[in-house]
Amino acid sequence: MEYKDYYKIMGVARDATQEEIKRSYRKLARKYHPDVSKEADAEIRFKELGEAYEVLKDTEKRAAYDQLGANWKGGQEFRPPPDWNAGFEFNGGGFGGKEGSDYSDFFASLFGQGFRTGGPRGTQPHAKGGDHHAKILIDLEDTFQGATRTITLRAPVVDTQGHVITKERVLNVNIPKGIRAGQHIRLSGQGSPGAGQGKAGDLYLEIEFRRHPLFRVDGRDLYLDLPVTPWEAALGATVKVPIPGGIVELKIPAGSGSGRKLRLKGRGIPGTQPGDCYVILAIALPPADTEATKDLYRKMAQEMKFNPRAKMGV
Amino acid sequence: MNTENKQPQFAICILEEQTQLTLDDLCHACAIDAQRIIDLVDVGVLEPLSREPLQFGGSSLKRARIALRLHHDLDLNLAGAALALDLLDEIDTLRTRLHALGVEY
Repeated sequence: MEYKDYYKIMGVARDATQEEIKRSYRKLARKYHPDVSKEADAEIRFKELGEAYEVLKDTEKRAAYDQLGANWKGGQEFRPPPDWNAGFEFNGGGFGGKEGSDYSDFFASLFGQGFRTGGPRGTQPHAKGGDHHAKILIDLEDTFQGATRTITLRAPVVDTQGHVITKERVLNVNIPKGIRAGQHIRLSGQGSPGAGQGKAGDLYLEIEFRRHPLFRVDGRDLYLDLPVTPWEAALGATVKVPIPGGIVELKIPAGSGSGRKLRLKGRGIPGTQPGDCYVILAIALPPADTEATKDLYRKMAQEMKFNPRAKMGV
Repeated sequence: MNTENKQPQFAICILEEQTQLTLDDLCHACAIDAQRIIDLVDVGVLEPLSREPLQFGGSSLKRARIALRLHHDLDLNLAGAALALDLLDEIDTLRTRLHALGVEY
């Protein structure tokens, strides 16, 4: 297992005061909180930070951790010394009961591991099982046609010997047509089993779209950059446009410039109020890579008195 | 019938559009007690669809969960969490709009 340098994670020196540790934790927690940060590894960083704080904020655990010595480097292969724990008595608040306490193996080897299982709330004999939450990534196309997706969920469970293992479960989920990013679907009875005759909890899945190579999504609306030739933009044309679920013909008005936004009404994400698809024109220049094409450009230069910088006075 | 596929399929609906949540649903989904949900209503994180009995729109679930996480993880009081949530919503809307317009940030 890898050694974790909690001081480095916390961004403080080894002789930092408890007050400095607390300040640094608060600052970094705000920075890496997964609901606040958009950084890809925010969740991992935040968990690491929580683990580091769990140790450093507690003077007993911090002293025990310091006992390992200052010569370890983060990521270095680590085995706890054989006499580890000797002479230390941990009577702090304990580690159980803290939500999401999925600390690293390193932490567990030093301080043990406390878990809260997703069991029923309270002590009622027939309580409903806990609800579960997960995110799923779907393709934009899935919301246009509706789709069945097989998803694999991993959840920590406690086995008969009391060890925590990761259990996989496969579900076939119908993705309803018209669902948008950030919305949820609820699968009744797919959470934790209930106690006694209590009902099982529910599973909530939050939808996220995989990045699409062509379309950008804003709520119900789609945006597409459509390359057009200079003559299509100047003279007007009817061109084919790929949209999810088919191809439509779009009329480009004569005299269109780059960046012109054209709307395909009702061609966004379907629903009782379907979204729109906005097509943004991008004029693509044909390369001047042969004598013939160069001649065409030269001819334009001669015959068209066009100065795009006229407004700049040059 | 397809006998190879033994996994059940589920008829499901979109929480935000086709479902209303009771106070109990919301408590259960957030694993908190009713008073906490009422506190969230009081600070304006949640706006119930009706008050007698309390019913919430599906989008309340996400708001409640984020507010509770901010409160728990960052030591914010609920009013602070409510403010952060509104600002996060606004940033999210602006980011989505920028992305839609082809601007990367």
